Amino acid sequence: MNLVEISRLSVVLGQQTVLSNVDLSITPGEIVTIVGPNGSGKSTLLRAIIGAVTPAHGRITRQPGLRIGYVPQKLHIDPTLPLTVRRFLGLPTPVPEPAAQAALTRAGAGDLMTRPMTGLSGGQFQRVLLARALLGDPQLLILDEATQGLDQPGSAAFYATLETVRHELDCAVLMVSHELHVVMAASDRVICLNTHVCCHGAPEHVASAPEYRALFGSGTHGALALYRHEHDHVHDETCGHDHDHSHEPAQ
Amino acid sequence: MSLFDDFLIRAGLAGIGVALAAAPLGSFVVWRRMAYFGDATAHAAILGVALALALDISVFATVLVAALAMAGTVSMLAGRTHAMDTLLGVIAHAALAFGLVAVAFLRGVQFDLAAWLFGDILAVGRADLATIWIGTVLVLGLLWWRWNALLTATLNADLAYASGIDPRREQLVLTLALALVVAVAIKVVGVLLIGAMLIIPAAAARPFASTPERMAGIAVLIGMASVLGGLQLAYTFDTPTGPTIVCVATGLFAVSSLSGRKHR
Repeated sequence: MNLVEISRLSVVLGQQTVLSNVDLSITPGEIVTIVGPNGSGKSTLLRAIIGAVTPAHGRITRQPGLRIGYVPQKLHIDPTLPLTVRRFLGLPTPVPEPAAQAALTRAGAGDLMTRPMTGLSGGQFQRVLLARALLGDPQLLILDEATQGLDQPGSAAFYATLETVRHELDCAVLMVSHELHVVMAASDRVICLNTHVCCHGAPEHVASAPEYRALFGSGTHGALALYRHEHDHVHDETCGHDHDHSHEPAQ
Repeated sequence: MSLFDDFLIRAGLAGIGVALAAAPLGSFVVWRRMAYFGDATAHAAILGVALALALDISVFATVLVAALAMAGTVSMLAGRTHAMDTLLGVIAHAALAFGLVAVAFLRGVQFDLAAWLFGDILAVGRADLATIWIGTVLVLGLLWWRWNALLTATLNADLAYASGIDPRREQLVLTLALALVVAVAIKVVGVLLIGAMLIIPAAAARPFASTPERMAGIAVLIGMASVLGGLQLAYTFDTPTGPTIVCVATGLFAVSSLSGRKHR
Protein backbone atom coordinates (compact mmCIF):
# COMPACT_ATOMS: atom_id res chain seq x y z
CA MET A 1 0.00 0.00 0.00
CA ASN A 2 1.16 3.54 -0.74
CA LEU A 3 2.27 5.61 2.21
CA VAL A 4 0.38 8.63 0.96
CA GLU A 5 -2.22 8.79 -1.75
CA ILE A 6 -3.39 12.18 -2.98
CA SER A 7 -6.12 12.48 -5.54
CA ARG A 8 -7.41 15.61 -7.23
CA LEU A 9 -6.26 17.81 -4.37
CA SER A 10 -7.12 21.49 -4.47
CA VAL A 11 -6.20 23.94 -1.75
CA VAL A 12 -7.52 27.48 -1.48
CA LEU A 13 -5.85 29.91 0.90
CA GLY A 14 -7.80 33.13 1.30
CA GLN A 15 -9.00 33.90 -2.21
CA GLN A 16 -6.13 32.21 -3.94
CA THR A 17 -6.07 28.74 -5.40
CA VAL A 18 -2.68 27.47 -4.30
CA LEU A 19 -3.01 23.90 -5.48
CA SER A 20 -5.32 22.59 -8.15
CA ASN A 21 -6.06 19.02 -9.10
CA VAL A 22 -2.87 17.51 -7.76
CA ASP A 23 -2.43 13.75 -7.89
CA LEU A 24 0.48 12.16 -6.08
CA SER A 25 1.31 8.90 -4.44
CA ILE A 26 4.34 7.90 -2.47
CA THR A 27 5.45 4.30 -2.20
CA PRO A 28 7.64 2.95 0.62
CA GLY A 29 11.32 3.70 0.29
CA GLU A 30 11.29 6.02 -2.71
CA ILE A 31 12.75 9.52 -2.92
CA VAL A 32 10.40 12.06 -4.45
CA THR A 33 11.44 15.65 -4.99
CA ILE A 34 9.14 18.55 -5.67
CA VAL A 35 10.57 21.40 -7.72
CA GLY A 36 8.82 24.56 -8.85
CA PRO A 37 9.11 28.33 -8.79
CA ASN A 38 8.33 30.45 -5.73
CA GLY A 39 4.66 30.48 -4.87
CA SER A 40 3.99 27.32 -6.82
CA GLY A 41 2.44 25.56 -3.83
CA LYS A 42 5.34 23.28 -2.91
CA SER A 43 5.23 23.98 0.81
CA THR A 44 1.45 23.95 0.81
CA LEU A 45 1.48 20.47 -0.68
CA LEU A 46 3.77 19.24 2.12
CA ARG A 47 1.66 21.00 4.71
CA ALA A 48 -1.46 19.37 3.31
CA ILE A 49 0.18 15.97 3.70
CA ILE A 50 0.99 16.55 7.37
CA GLY A 51 -2.56 17.82 7.92
CA ALA A 52 -1.78 21.50 8.48
CA VAL A 53 -4.01 22.75 5.66
CA THR A 54 -7.47 21.55 4.81
CA PRO A 55 -8.17 20.59 1.21
CA ALA A 56 -10.87 22.51 -0.65
CA HIS A 57 -11.40 19.49 -2.90
CA GLY A 58 -9.89 16.09 -3.30
CA ARG A 59 -8.55 13.60 -0.84
CA ILE A 60 -5.36 12.84 1.00
CA THR A 61 -5.16 9.32 2.28
CA ARG A 62 -2.37 8.42 4.64
CA GLN A 63 -1.56 4.83 5.44
CA PRO A 64 -3.13 4.16 8.84
CA GLY A 65 -0.58 4.78 11.58
CA LEU A 66 1.89 6.31 9.13
CA ARG A 67 4.97 7.63 10.94
CA ILE A 68 6.04 10.95 9.45
CA GLY A 69 9.24 12.82 10.24
CA TYR A 70 8.86 16.46 9.26
CA VAL A 71 11.63 19.02 8.77
CA PRO A 72 10.03 22.44 8.29
CA GLN A 73 11.31 25.14 5.97
CA LYS A 74 12.23 27.45 8.77
CA LEU A 75 11.68 27.31 12.46
CA HIS A 76 11.81 30.50 14.43
CA ILE A 77 12.32 29.88 18.12
CA ASP A 78 11.28 32.86 20.19
CA PRO A 79 14.20 34.00 22.36
CA THR A 80 11.86 34.05 25.36
CA LEU A 81 11.51 30.27 25.10
CA PRO A 82 14.49 28.52 26.69
CA LEU A 83 15.07 25.24 24.91
CA THR A 84 18.04 22.90 24.86
CA VAL A 85 18.60 20.49 21.99
CA ARG A 86 17.85 17.66 24.43
CA ARG A 87 14.49 19.15 25.38
CA PHE A 88 13.61 19.98 21.78
CA LEU A 89 14.12 16.36 20.75
CA GLY A 90 11.65 15.28 23.44
CA LEU A 91 8.79 17.34 21.99
CA PRO A 92 6.07 16.22 21.92
CA THR A 93 7.08 12.68 22.89
CA PRO A 94 9.74 12.35 25.61
CA VAL A 95 12.64 10.17 24.45
CA PRO A 96 15.25 8.36 26.52
CA GLU A 97 18.76 9.79 26.46
CA PRO A 98 20.36 7.01 24.34
CA ALA A 99 17.69 7.34 21.62
CA ALA A 100 18.16 11.10 21.52
CA GLN A 101 21.94 10.70 21.30
CA ALA A 102 21.62 8.08 18.55
CA ALA A 103 19.38 10.35 16.47
CA LEU A 104 21.77 13.28 16.88
CA THR A 105 24.76 11.18 15.93
CA ARG A 106 22.92 9.84 12.92
CA ALA A 107 22.11 13.38 11.81
CA GLY A 108 25.71 14.43 12.27
CA ALA A 109 25.06 16.54 15.35
CA GLY A 110 26.28 14.18 18.05
CA ASP A 111 27.98 16.82 20.19
CA LEU A 112 25.09 19.28 20.42
CA MET A 113 22.89 17.59 23.05
CA THR A 114 23.20 20.18 25.81
CA ARG A 115 23.35 23.30 23.63
CA PRO A 116 20.55 25.88 23.59
CA MET A 117 18.61 25.86 20.33
CA THR A 118 19.00 29.59 19.83
CA GLY A 119 22.81 29.33 19.91
CA LEU A 120 23.11 26.91 16.98
CA SER A 121 24.46 27.80 13.55
CA GLY A 122 22.21 27.34 10.53
CA GLY A 123 23.77 24.01 9.61
CA GLN A 124 23.65 22.69 13.18
CA PHE A 125 20.03 23.78 13.51
CA GLN A 126 18.99 21.89 10.38
CA ARG A 127 20.78 18.78 11.59
CA VAL A 128 18.98 18.96 14.92
CA LEU A 129 15.68 19.32 13.06
CA LEU A 130 16.62 16.25 11.04
CA ALA A 131 17.52 14.36 14.23
CA ARG A 132 14.12 15.14 15.71
CA ALA A 133 12.41 13.96 12.54
CA LEU A 134 14.32 10.66 12.77
CA LEU A 135 13.30 9.93 16.35
CA GLY A 136 9.97 8.28 15.68
CA ASP A 137 11.54 5.82 13.21
CA PRO A 138 9.66 7.46 10.32
CA GLN A 139 8.36 5.62 7.28
CA LEU A 140 8.25 8.93 5.46
CA LEU A 141 10.63 11.86 5.88
CA ILE A 142 9.26 15.18 4.66
CA LEU A 143 11.76 17.99 4.15
CA ASP A 144 10.77 21.47 3.07
CA GLU A 145 13.82 23.20 1.61
CA ALA A 146 15.89 21.84 4.43
CA THR A 147 19.10 23.47 3.25
CA GLN A 148 17.73 26.95 2.78
CA GLY A 149 20.24 29.45 4.12
CA LEU A 150 23.14 26.99 4.13
CA ASP A 151 26.21 27.60 2.01
CA GLN A 152 27.15 25.18 -0.74
CA PRO A 153 29.44 22.88 1.33
CA GLY A 154 26.97 22.92 4.24
CA SER A 155 24.15 21.99 1.95
CA ALA A 156 26.13 19.23 0.26
CA ALA A 157 27.11 17.82 3.65
CA PHE A 158 23.47 17.89 4.75
CA TYR A 159 22.33 15.95 1.71
CA ALA A 160 25.15 13.45 2.16
CA THR A 161 23.91 12.85 5.70
CA LEU A 162 20.34 12.52 4.48
CA GLU A 163 21.42 9.94 1.93
CA THR A 164 23.13 7.82 4.62
CA VAL A 165 20.20 8.14 6.98
CA ARG A 166 17.77 7.10 4.31
CA HIS A 167 19.74 3.95 3.61
CA GLU A 168 19.89 3.10 7.30
CA LEU A 169 16.20 3.68 7.99
CA ASP A 170 14.95 2.60 4.59
CA CYS A 171 12.28 5.28 4.68
CA ALA A 172 10.66 7.19 1.87
CA VAL A 173 11.68 10.81 1.41
CA LEU A 174 9.52 13.60 0.09
CA MET A 175 11.35 16.88 -0.23
CA VAL A 176 11.17 20.30 -1.73
CA SER A 177 14.51 21.46 -3.01
CA HIS A 178 16.00 24.15 -5.17
CA GLU A 179 19.30 22.36 -5.42
CA LEU A 180 18.78 20.90 -8.82
CA HIS A 181 22.02 18.93 -8.92
CA VAL A 182 20.95 17.14 -5.72
CA VAL A 183 17.45 16.65 -7.02
CA MET A 184 18.58 15.09 -10.21
CA ALA A 185 21.24 12.90 -8.61
CA ALA A 186 19.27 11.55 -5.69
CA SER A 187 15.60 11.41 -6.63
CA ASP A 188 13.68 8.43 -7.90
CA ARG A 189 10.98 10.76 -9.09
CA VAL A 190 10.69 14.49 -9.61
CA ILE A 191 7.47 16.42 -9.56
CA CYS A 192 7.47 19.78 -11.20
CA LEU A 193 4.78 21.87 -9.56
CA ASN A 194 3.26 25.16 -10.53
CA THR A 195 -0.11 25.14 -8.73
CA HIS A 196 -0.86 22.05 -10.78
CA VAL A 197 1.53 19.21 -11.58
CA CYS A 198 3.32 20.38 -14.75
CA CYS A 199 5.19 17.19 -15.30
CA HIS A 200 6.51 14.31 -13.27
CA GLY A 201 8.60 11.22 -13.64
CA ALA A 202 12.23 10.18 -13.52
CA PRO A 203 14.65 13.10 -13.15
CA GLU A 204 15.90 12.84 -16.71
CA HIS A 205 12.41 12.77 -18.06
CA VAL A 206 11.35 15.86 -16.13
CA ALA A 207 14.51 17.77 -16.96
CA SER A 208 13.88 17.35 -20.66
CA ALA A 209 10.16 18.16 -20.49
CA PRO A 210 9.22 21.43 -22.19
CA GLU A 211 7.01 22.44 -19.23
CA TYR A 212 9.99 22.20 -16.93
CA ARG A 213 12.19 24.26 -19.23
CA ALA A 214 9.50 26.84 -19.63
CA LEU A 215 9.39 27.24 -15.84
CA PHE A 216 13.06 27.20 -15.08
CA GLY A 217 14.38 28.96 -18.15
CA SER A 218 17.79 28.75 -19.65
CA GLY A 219 19.74 29.77 -16.54
CA THR A 220 18.73 26.68 -14.65
CA HIS A 221 19.04 24.61 -17.71
CA GLY A 222 22.62 25.71 -18.04
CA ALA A 223 23.31 24.62 -14.47
CA LEU A 224 21.60 21.34 -15.14
CA ALA A 225 23.61 20.70 -18.26
CA LEU A 226 26.74 21.42 -16.31
CA TYR A 227 25.62 18.96 -13.71
CA ARG A 228 24.88 16.29 -16.27
CA HIS A 229 28.26 16.73 -17.74
CA GLU A 230 29.77 16.10 -14.34
CA HIS A 231 27.45 13.27 -13.63
CA ASP A 232 28.13 11.44 -16.83
CA HIS A 233 31.80 11.44 -16.27
CA VAL A 234 32.25 11.09 -12.56
CA HIS A 235 29.94 8.28 -11.54
CA ASP A 236 28.41 7.17 -14.74
CA GLU A 237 26.61 3.92 -14.11
CA THR A 238 22.96 4.15 -14.85
CA CYS A 239 22.75 7.22 -16.96
CA GLY A 240 24.61 6.14 -20.05
CA HIS A 241 21.36 6.24 -22.00
CA ASP A 242 21.27 9.91 -21.30
CA HIS A 243 23.49 10.62 -24.25
CA ASP A 244 20.79 10.00 -26.82
CA HIS A 245 18.60 12.69 -25.26
CA SER A 246 18.85 16.26 -26.24
CA HIS A 247 21.93 17.14 -24.34
CA GLU A 248 23.15 20.64 -24.61
CA PRO A 249 26.57 21.41 -23.23
CA ALA A 250 27.04 23.96 -20.49
CA GLN A 251 27.45 27.44 -21.78
CA MET B 1 -5.04 38.38 67.57
CA SER B 2 -5.87 34.95 66.15
CA LEU B 3 -8.47 36.47 63.84
CA PHE B 4 -5.82 38.86 62.56
CA ASP B 5 -3.44 36.01 61.82
CA ASP B 6 -6.19 34.18 60.08
CA PHE B 7 -6.90 36.84 57.45
CA LEU B 8 -3.22 37.34 56.71
CA ILE B 9 -2.79 33.61 56.32
CA ARG B 10 -5.83 33.46 54.07
CA ALA B 11 -4.37 36.30 52.00
CA GLY B 12 -1.03 34.51 51.77
CA LEU B 13 -2.65 31.24 50.73
CA ALA B 14 -4.81 33.01 48.17
CA GLY B 15 -1.79 34.80 46.68
CA ILE B 16 0.25 31.61 46.54
CA GLY B 17 -2.62 29.86 44.79
CA VAL B 18 -2.79 32.59 42.16
CA ALA B 19 1.00 32.61 41.69
CA LEU B 20 0.99 28.82 41.26
CA ALA B 21 -1.51 28.98 38.42
CA ALA B 22 -0.49 32.30 36.85
CA ALA B 23 3.27 31.71 36.57
CA PRO B 24 3.32 28.60 34.34
CA LEU B 25 0.44 29.90 32.25
CA GLY B 26 2.19 33.26 32.07
CA SER B 27 5.23 31.49 30.63
CA PHE B 28 3.08 30.39 27.70
CA VAL B 29 1.69 33.90 27.39
CA VAL B 30 5.28 35.18 27.12
CA TRP B 31 6.44 32.47 24.70
CA ARG B 32 3.44 32.95 22.43
CA ARG B 33 3.52 36.75 22.69
CA MET B 34 -0.01 36.85 24.01
CA ALA B 35 0.48 39.56 26.63
CA TYR B 36 -2.22 41.78 25.18
CA PHE B 37 -4.47 38.78 24.83
CA GLY B 38 -4.11 38.16 28.55
CA ASP B 39 -4.93 41.78 29.29
CA ALA B 40 -8.02 41.76 27.09
CA THR B 41 -9.28 38.60 28.76
CA ALA B 42 -8.68 40.11 32.18
CA HIS B 43 -10.37 43.40 31.34
CA ALA B 44 -13.44 41.56 30.13
CA ALA B 45 -13.80 40.22 33.65
CA ILE B 46 -15.26 43.53 34.85
CA LEU B 47 -18.20 42.84 32.54
CA GLY B 48 -18.54 39.50 34.29
CA VAL B 49 -18.54 41.24 37.65
CA ALA B 50 -21.33 43.58 36.51
CA LEU B 51 -23.32 40.59 35.32
CA ALA B 52 -22.84 38.74 38.59
CA LEU B 53 -24.01 41.76 40.61
CA ALA B 54 -27.02 42.34 38.36
CA LEU B 55 -28.15 38.72 38.48
CA ASP B 56 -26.97 38.13 42.02
CA ILE B 57 -25.02 35.01 41.12
CA SER B 58 -21.46 33.81 41.63
CA VAL B 59 -18.76 36.17 40.38
CA PHE B 60 -16.47 33.25 39.58
CA ALA B 61 -18.91 31.79 37.04
CA THR B 62 -19.78 35.05 35.27
CA VAL B 63 -16.16 36.19 35.14
CA LEU B 64 -15.22 32.84 33.65
CA VAL B 65 -17.94 33.18 31.02
CA ALA B 66 -17.03 36.80 30.20
CA ALA B 67 -13.34 35.96 29.88
CA LEU B 68 -14.07 32.97 27.66
CA ALA B 69 -16.43 35.02 25.50
CA MET B 70 -13.77 37.68 25.11
CA ALA B 71 -11.07 35.18 24.21
CA GLY B 72 -13.38 33.50 21.73
CA THR B 73 -14.32 36.79 20.10
CA VAL B 74 -10.72 37.86 19.70
CA SER B 75 -9.65 34.49 18.29
CA MET B 76 -12.51 34.60 15.80
CA LEU B 77 -11.95 38.16 14.60
CA ALA B 78 -8.16 38.08 14.50
CA GLY B 79 -6.53 38.53 11.12
CA ARG B 80 -9.70 39.37 9.22
CA THR B 81 -9.67 43.12 8.82
CA HIS B 82 -7.37 44.35 11.57
CA ALA B 83 -4.06 43.18 12.96
CA MET B 84 -4.23 41.29 16.23
CA ASP B 85 -2.73 44.06 18.36
CA THR B 86 -5.10 46.68 16.96
CA LEU B 87 -8.05 44.42 17.59
CA LEU B 88 -6.91 43.71 21.14
CA GLY B 89 -6.33 47.40 21.75
CA VAL B 90 -9.93 48.06 20.78
CA ILE B 91 -11.55 45.15 22.54
CA ALA B 92 -9.56 45.20 25.77
CA HIS B 93 -10.36 48.82 26.49
CA ALA B 94 -13.90 48.52 25.20
CA ALA B 95 -14.54 45.63 27.58
CA LEU B 96 -13.20 47.64 30.48
CA ALA B 97 -15.20 50.74 29.54
CA PHE B 98 -18.45 48.87 28.96
CA GLY B 99 -17.93 46.94 32.17
CA LEU B 100 -17.47 50.15 34.15
CA VAL B 101 -20.54 51.73 32.55
CA ALA B 102 -22.59 48.59 33.17
CA VAL B 103 -21.60 48.60 36.82
CA ALA B 104 -22.68 52.25 37.13
CA PHE B 105 -26.23 51.23 36.26
CA LEU B 106 -26.39 48.98 39.30
CA ARG B 107 -27.15 51.77 41.73
CA GLY B 108 -28.84 49.67 44.35
CA VAL B 109 -25.90 47.32 44.71
CA GLN B 110 -23.08 47.91 47.11
CA PHE B 111 -19.98 47.95 44.98
CA ASP B 112 -16.38 48.72 45.69
CA LEU B 113 -14.95 49.48 42.26
CA ALA B 114 -11.35 49.76 43.44
CA ALA B 115 -11.51 46.27 44.92
CA TRP B 116 -12.40 44.77 41.55
CA LEU B 117 -9.89 46.85 39.63
CA PHE B 118 -6.96 46.37 41.98
CA GLY B 119 -7.99 43.39 44.08
CA ASP B 120 -8.68 43.06 47.76
CA ILE B 121 -6.58 40.18 48.93
CA LEU B 122 -7.05 41.01 52.60
CA ALA B 123 -10.80 40.47 52.25
CA VAL B 124 -10.44 36.93 50.90
CA GLY B 125 -12.84 34.68 52.80
CA ARG B 126 -12.88 30.93 53.27
CA ALA B 127 -15.19 30.43 50.27
CA ASP B 128 -12.99 32.66 48.10
CA LEU B 129 -9.97 30.67 49.17
CA ALA B 130 -11.67 27.42 48.20
CA THR B 131 -12.62 28.86 44.80
CA ILE B 132 -9.08 30.07 44.18
CA TRP B 133 -7.51 26.72 45.00
CA ILE B 134 -10.04 24.76 42.97
CA GLY B 135 -9.30 27.04 40.03
CA THR B 136 -5.55 26.70 40.58
CA VAL B 137 -5.75 22.91 40.66
CA LEU B 138 -7.84 22.96 37.46
CA VAL B 139 -5.34 25.20 35.65
CA LEU B 140 -2.34 23.16 36.79
CA GLY B 141 -4.14 19.97 35.81
CA LEU B 142 -4.90 21.33 32.34
CA LEU B 143 -1.31 22.46 31.83
CA TRP B 144 0.10 19.19 33.19
CA TRP B 145 -2.13 17.15 30.92
CA ARG B 146 -1.37 19.09 27.74
CA TRP B 147 2.17 20.28 28.56
CA ASN B 148 4.16 18.66 25.75
CA ALA B 149 1.45 19.24 23.17
CA LEU B 150 1.18 22.89 24.24
CA LEU B 151 4.92 23.34 23.98
CA THR B 152 5.06 21.74 20.55
CA ALA B 153 2.20 23.88 19.28
CA THR B 154 3.89 26.96 20.77
CA LEU B 155 7.14 26.08 19.01
CA ASN B 156 5.66 25.67 15.53
CA ALA B 157 2.16 24.88 14.28
CA ASP B 158 3.40 22.67 11.43
CA LEU B 159 5.61 20.61 13.73
CA ALA B 160 2.54 20.09 15.89
CA TYR B 161 0.40 18.99 12.96
CA ALA B 162 3.09 16.58 11.79
CA SER B 163 3.06 15.03 15.27
CA GLY B 164 -0.70 14.65 15.20
CA ILE B 165 -1.37 17.62 17.48
CA ASP B 166 -3.98 20.19 16.48
CA PRO B 167 -2.57 23.60 17.48
CA ARG B 168 -6.05 25.14 17.43
CA ARG B 169 -7.10 22.75 20.14
CA GLU B 170 -4.07 23.65 22.22
CA GLN B 171 -4.89 27.33 21.76
CA LEU B 172 -8.32 26.54 23.14
CA VAL B 173 -6.78 24.81 26.17
CA LEU B 174 -4.66 27.90 26.86
CA THR B 175 -7.67 30.16 26.44
CA LEU B 176 -9.63 28.12 28.93
CA ALA B 177 -6.73 28.14 31.38
CA LEU B 178 -6.40 31.90 30.95
CA ALA B 179 -10.08 32.46 31.69
CA LEU B 180 -9.74 30.29 34.80
CA VAL B 181 -6.73 32.26 36.02
CA VAL B 182 -8.57 35.53 35.48
CA ALA B 183 -11.56 34.25 37.44
CA VAL B 184 -9.26 33.06 40.20
CA ALA B 185 -7.01 36.12 40.38
CA ILE B 186 -9.60 38.88 40.17
CA LYS B 187 -10.16 38.85 43.94
CA VAL B 188 -6.42 38.94 44.65
CA VAL B 189 -4.94 41.48 42.24
CA GLY B 190 -7.98 42.83 40.34
CA VAL B 191 -8.61 43.04 36.61
CA LEU B 192 -5.99 45.70 35.92
CA LEU B 193 -3.09 43.80 37.45
CA ILE B 194 -3.80 40.18 36.43
CA GLY B 195 -1.66 40.72 33.35
CA ALA B 196 1.24 41.61 35.63
CA MET B 197 0.92 38.38 37.61
CA LEU B 198 1.02 36.45 34.34
CA ILE B 199 3.89 38.21 32.60
CA ILE B 200 6.30 39.55 35.21
CA PRO B 201 7.27 36.34 37.06
CA ALA B 202 7.71 34.48 33.75
CA ALA B 203 9.81 37.28 32.26
CA ALA B 204 11.90 37.49 35.42
CA ALA B 205 12.54 33.73 35.30
CA ARG B 206 13.79 33.71 31.71
CA PRO B 207 17.48 34.62 32.30
CA PHE B 208 17.90 31.75 34.77
CA ALA B 209 16.21 29.01 32.79
CA SER B 210 17.57 26.61 30.18
CA THR B 211 14.39 24.62 29.65
CA PRO B 212 10.70 25.59 29.54
CA GLU B 213 9.98 23.55 32.67
CA ARG B 214 12.66 25.32 34.65
CA MET B 215 11.38 28.69 33.48
CA ALA B 216 7.86 27.85 34.67
CA GLY B 217 9.20 26.54 37.98
CA ILE B 218 11.36 29.59 38.66
CA ALA B 219 8.43 31.80 37.65
CA VAL B 220 6.30 30.09 40.32
CA LEU B 221 8.94 30.81 42.95
CA ILE B 222 9.25 34.45 41.85
CA GLY B 223 5.46 34.79 41.84
CA MET B 224 5.20 33.39 45.36
CA ALA B 225 8.03 35.57 46.62
CA SER B 226 6.27 38.60 45.13
CA VAL B 227 3.00 37.71 46.84
CA LEU B 228 4.54 37.14 50.26
CA GLY B 229 6.92 40.10 49.98
CA GLY B 230 4.12 42.33 48.73
CA LEU B 231 1.83 41.31 51.60
CA GLN B 232 4.57 42.05 54.10
CA LEU B 233 5.41 45.46 52.61
CA ALA B 234 1.76 46.45 52.21
CA TYR B 235 1.19 45.62 55.86
CA THR B 236 4.28 47.52 56.98
CA PHE B 237 3.73 50.65 54.89
CA ASP B 238 -0.07 50.50 54.74
CA THR B 239 -0.12 50.50 50.93
CA PRO B 240 -2.71 48.82 48.66
CA THR B 241 -1.83 45.13 48.61
CA GLY B 242 -2.41 44.16 44.96
CA PRO B 243 -0.27 46.99 43.54
CA THR B 244 2.42 46.35 46.18
CA ILE B 245 2.65 42.70 45.07
CA VAL B 246 3.11 43.84 41.48
CA CYS B 247 5.77 46.36 42.58
CA VAL B 248 7.75 43.61 44.32
CA ALA B 249 7.45 41.38 41.24
CA THR B 250 8.72 44.23 39.09
CA GLY B 251 11.66 44.73 41.45
CA LEU B 252 12.55 41.05 41.11
CA PHE B 253 12.21 41.38 37.34
CA ALA B 254 14.64 44.31 37.30
CA VAL B 255 17.18 42.43 39.42
CA SER B 256 16.85 39.36 37.21
CA SER B 257 17.26 41.37 34.01
CA LEU B 258 20.38 43.08 35.29
CA SER B 259 22.03 39.91 36.58
CA GLY B 260 20.94 38.07 33.44
CA ARG B 261 22.73 40.65 31.34
CA LYS B 262 25.88 40.23 33.42
CA HIS B 263 25.79 36.46 32.71
CA ARG B 264 25.97 37.18 29.00
